[in-house]
Amino acid sequence: MADEQLALMAHLLRRAGAGASREELEEYAKRPYEEVVEDLLHPERFPEPDEDLIRRYCPTLTNADTPIIWAGHWIYRMVNTRRPLEEKMALFWHHVLATGWFKAEHASSMVAQIQMFRENGLENLRTILTDVSKDPAMICWLDNCENLATASNENYGRELLELFSMGIGGYTETDVKMAARAFTGWTFQQPIPLYPYGQFPSQFEYHEDEHDDSEKTFLGHSGRFNGEDVIDIIVQQEATARFISRHLYNFFVADEPQVPAWSVTPPQDPEAVETLVRAYFDSDADMRSVMRTLLTSDFFRAARFKRVKSPAEFVAGTLKLSGELRAPEPAVGELGDVAAAMGQKLYDPPSVEGWHTGKEWIDGGTLIERVNFAVSHLRDVSKPGPRAIVERLSEGGGPVGPDDFVDRCLDLLGPLEVSAETRAALLEFAQDGGDLRFNSKKARRSSEARVGRMLGLIAAAPEYQFA
Amino acid sequence: MAGNGNGQEPVLVVIQLTGGVDFMNTLVPYTNGAYHDARPAVGIKPDEVLPINDTLGFHPSAARLKDLYDDGKVAVVQGIGYENSSRSHFRGMDIWHTCEPDKISTQGWVAKVIRELDPDSENPLTCVSFGRGLPRALAAPGVTATSVGDLDNYGLMTDAEIEQERAEDLELFKRMYTPAVGAGVVTDYLGQTGRDALAGADVLKQAPARYTTNVEWGANPIAKSLRDVARVHTAGLGTRIFYAQHGGYDHHSHELPNLSRLLGELTGAISDLQQDLREHNAADEVTFLVFTEFGRRMKDNGSGTDHGSGGGAYIIGEHVAGGLYAEYPPLDPADWLNSEDLRHTIDFRGIYGTVLEQWMGIDPVPMVGGSFEQIRPYTKTLVGA
Repeated sequence: MADEQLALMAHLLRRAGAGASREELEEYAKRPYEEVVEDLLHPERFPEPDEDLIRRYCPTLTNADTPIIWAGHWIYRMVNTRRPLEEKMALFWHHVLATGWFKAEHASSMVAQIQMFRENGLENLRTILTDVSKDPAMICWLDNCENLATASNENYGRELLELFSMGIGGYTETDVKMAARAFTGWTFQQPIPLYPYGQFPSQFEYHEDEHDDSEKTFLGHSGRFNGEDVIDIIVQQEATARFISRHLYNFFVADEPQVPAWSVTPPQDPEAVETLVRAYFDSDADMRSVMRTLLTSDFFRAARFKRVKSPAEFVAGTLKLSGELRAPEPAVGELGDVAAAMGQKLYDPPSVEGWHTGKEWIDGGTLIERVNFAVSHLRDVSKPGPRAIVERLSEGGGPVGPDDFVDRCLDLLGPLEVSAETRAALLEFAQDGGDLRFNSKKARRSSEARVGRMLGLIAAAPEYQFA
Repeated sequence: MAGNGNGQEPVLVVIQLTGGVDFMNTLVPYTNGAYHDARPAVGIKPDEVLPINDTLGFHPSAARLKDLYDDGKVAVVQGIGYENSSRSHFRGMDIWHTCEPDKISTQGWVAKVIRELDPDSENPLTCVSFGRGLPRALAAPGVTATSVGDLDNYGLMTDAEIEQERAEDLELFKRMYTPAVGAGVVTDYLGQTGRDALAGADVLKQAPARYTTNVEWGANPIAKSLRDVARVHTAGLGTRIFYAQHGGYDHHSHELPNLSRLLGELTGAISDLQQDLREHNAADEVTFLVFTEFGRRMKDNGSGTDHGSGGGAYIIGEHVAGGLYAEYPPLDPADWLNSEDLRHTIDFRGIYGTVLEQWMGIDPVPMVGGSFEQIRPYTKTLVGA
């Protein structure tokens, strides 16, 4: 019974953003799909979230010791931004070019890195890889500050190839060494210590005297390469196009196996990856163009509920539906802990491989956290989102029969598609109390409570775990 | 010997002290001049310590631990650590969690033990951790460890106001998490996890109801967690490993008052747990392992101490041969590691190995990634090792 255009918009916004409220979906659904995609691809058409306002409510952001409050701040931005894809691309690059806070314990560098991904996330891959190679948080994370002409450190050169662009198998150990040598001298100005001075940003520095300017042979090309030259060669590789395309597919379309398995397990939809690879080369590695191809493709439109939500998506998406936190408040700072308890500390992935995704988000502890969070925010009919659903169901005063009760709640919280087992369980609950009625004070009170419980049950359903 | 209704299977309680406990201020070398020279601001005065011999004494707030020590139930592992000790809390803790000092691993050592104890994941309560979120030590693909934030309100949909409604909702939850045959790998996994979580919560909620005690537990977080250990262990739910955490030991400043409070809370809670288990005739099978990610710098910084290496660990239990194990790190400045740190004298993986092999009866080599020197802290074992 769900309106197909609305369901498609809900899918698009879950993937290219953190979901959308019903009211937002109805506005989107009035416009052609391609036009909405174009707006998503051009964040600059819309104003940025008001940072000054957020900081007034969360003053500890300014001198945060750890990034946990920044994680809450990010989730707040995901919920409230008018540029959903900007935040989603930042999350994507945070996932692929994974840098952890825990090594340097320098929160402001991590904050600056994520802001960089907001700004360059839809640009050319060349730009993104160059920027991240000059990013102090990354340089420290992968020891490029210790990569000198006299003593090269291969950490960054290796991960740049293995995890950030080509994937294992497409290059040799010599290529790793050459890439490392090309990045010698790329370092950063040491930040002033946090105590007792507070947070100071760190900046990229190029130390020419520490750069190895000798002739290098890298992936069959020869020259006195510097880092930019190596990136330029990497970006032209078929392996890079394929690796980044598979990452995009895993993040935006459907769960794939974990990255280490990619060299031995082919993609579930090779044609889709092929389409993205073509878009990559047709646009000379322009991420906006590749994302346009992805979001407007048939394989994307068809891939509803094919991904397990990441904790950040889960928390932000639930708040979208509950209508909460539409203005900053001190509780923003707690959202980072909520996602952390579900297994995702934003700004602090566990390793350079990023987070394991898909079903690996779920274990007994994290499932309980997820279910309890969603239920407590969606069952409470005093919250704006559930309230609006009650209002819609009560239009006309009822009665609303059990089948309608189930279907309309599934529709208004999604639209969600559920299994026969889930629907049967929900229907049993709906039948137990008879028709919803809103024609007397007493009937209204009892019906509202039942709508709340129904929304809670749907939030607890396995289907709610998927985006 | 009585048990807890669950036979005599050995049980391990791991207590993680987060932040890097100052070992030198916990077991103080109170007669050593180099110690006092290095600690003008945060040193413990010789007349304040609780001496256990002519050179070492416990911190004055650790009186309850000293009592247990005098009772012969505490093995102090002096100078525990590993080569090139990390000074990052997070990386450091990660190394203790995964036993991999040189690379990032996603397999926790406790998780490997859980897999060994319960290979078919039959009991979701084989390992119970108190505190929100699972420490890396307990995480590995396919391994279930139950993470309990609040035992009294543990479970799914716990904020439902009406018990009858909650029971109905949980029944519906179970149906929704019982997919049709052939629903797919992810759906099957999600269903199994949901049903396990429900079953674990169902069993676990019996624990508070069955428990009574004469022990007057403190109101602080570690007392609350260790009381939960007592409640779950005495309920006999088949839990073999408990995991509890006590944070706040990162004393860069104001070390004296803060360490004093934390050690008072910690040692009180450990002593209460031991007492409670004894009163329930359930102490025989239990051993505690208390650890922290690193020790602190030799010299104080005027108010506290910065991250260092060479910490201490404790093995505590009814069948422990109390005393000092391994060597206290050398205190002469000429022997300081990198001219500023305590030199470790025994590898932490050997201490995990000690507990696993000698108490739990498990081959430690695959769990901790190799063979490491062990100590002999038990007077008897339940597993005939």
